[in-house]
Amino acid sequence: MNITATLIGQSISFFLFVVFTMKYVWPPIMNALNERKKKIADGLAEAEKGHHELELAEKRSAEILREGKEKSREFIDQAQKRHDEIVEEAKDNARIEGERILIAARVEIDQERQLAKDSLRAEVSALAIAGAEQILMREVDKNAHNEVLDKISASL
Amino acid sequence: MASEGLTSTAYIKHHLTNLTFGQHADGSWGLARNAEEIKEMGFWALQLDSLGWSTFLALFFLYFFRKAATQATIGVPGGLQNFVEWIVEFVDDSVRGSFSAKNDLVAPMALTIFCWVFLMNLMDLVPVDWLPMIAQQIGHHVFGMDPHHVYFKVVATTDPNITFGMAFAVFFLMIYYSIKIKGLGGFLGELAFQPFGKWGMPVNLVLEGVSLIAKPISLSLRLFGNMYAGETIFILIAMMYGAGWGMGIFGGILQLGWAIFHILIITLQAFIFMTLTIVYMEMAHQEHH
Repeated sequence: MNITATLIGQSISFFLFVVFTMKYVWPPIMNALNERKKKIADGLAEAEKGHHELELAEKRSAEILREGKEKSREFIDQAQKRHDEIVEEAKDNARIEGERILIAARVEIDQERQLAKDSLRAEVSALAIAGAEQILMREVDKNAHNEVLDKISASL
Repeated sequence: MASEGLTSTAYIKHHLTNLTFGQHADGSWGLARNAEEIKEMGFWALQLDSLGWSTFLALFFLYFFRKAATQATIGVPGGLQNFVEWIVEFVDDSVRGSFSAKNDLVAPMALTIFCWVFLMNLMDLVPVDWLPMIAQQIGHHVFGMDPHHVYFKVVATTDPNITFGMAFAVFFLMIYYSIKIKGLGGFLGELAFQPFGKWGMPVNLVLEGVSLIAKPISLSLRLFGNMYAGETIFILIAMMYGAGWGMGIFGGILQLGWAIFHILIITLQAFIFMTLTIVYMEMAHQEHH
């Protein structure tokens, strides 16, 4: 049993083989493994990020919802106020209109009354003259008594 | 050459002989001292080197995969876990690709076969004289054996006992699941009534029987043949080192080239063994007609 060229030759060749493997076989495998690892790490980080973003979005949506609610309440308040105002205004308008109608009616009534008064006065004075004529049994000279008649007429 | 006074034939023979334990012709038990003694031992003999290396490599595989499994995290995997996941994923893809039935045994078995065969094949890349020489030294100095009688084959898959053992295990599972899924009648029916219907039963039995028996034999012989041939070529190349400088350097280059080519072969053979196992299991689960 001795060390021979076979063993040494084999060993040298094996050494070269190991070098070859280290240079051309090992790196691609390692690359693939590292890439896989990186992909997993990235994926996990991405998932973590997504989770975080979801949380933020949830928070933001709650915020927006709250704001929206507030705004809508504000709108409702404003509308209520506006409604009250409109009702108030309408009431005022109605009152003013009513008063205006009332005044107009009164004026008309006054006018009517005046007219009635005038016509009544004319009739009464005619009646009075007729009465006086009857009493005096003679014709009253209108021209002679015009002054008296006017006075009576005016006093009615 | 490995030992002084050895002819080329003896050198090759020495390398292709297993370290065998069994009963000698005179009735005593012990290690075979040469190929003739192995023949005399007959069936009841153990290839200690094949058994030792295959067991050792199986333990090696189990240790690392078990370690990766217990330390597995759902976060970014470490180096070992990443490597193991990579292989498991690869095997899982292969199983999903060709196995459609539901059976939790197939994927782990495929993983084991792939890794184990690969590791056993991988030993082929170690220079042919390294480990046998160490074994000779140990045998000579520790056990007081004649170094010429210390045989040591490192590549377990160049031992048909190993490849046939694996193939028969697969074959047994095939039969077991065939009968379990289709029933004994279904299994026998497949043998008897295909492909020519019940009137062609004798022909069917011959055809299907042959194809059934051919499965484990081709499975094991393919692996054995490839590895045995590869190992033999390494041994032949190794003999060139003794034939002068020119031949020696040429041999070195040849060994390098063959080793590089062998990276492909050992992986491919492991892959083929795994894939065929998956396919056979798929056939066992498949109901025809």
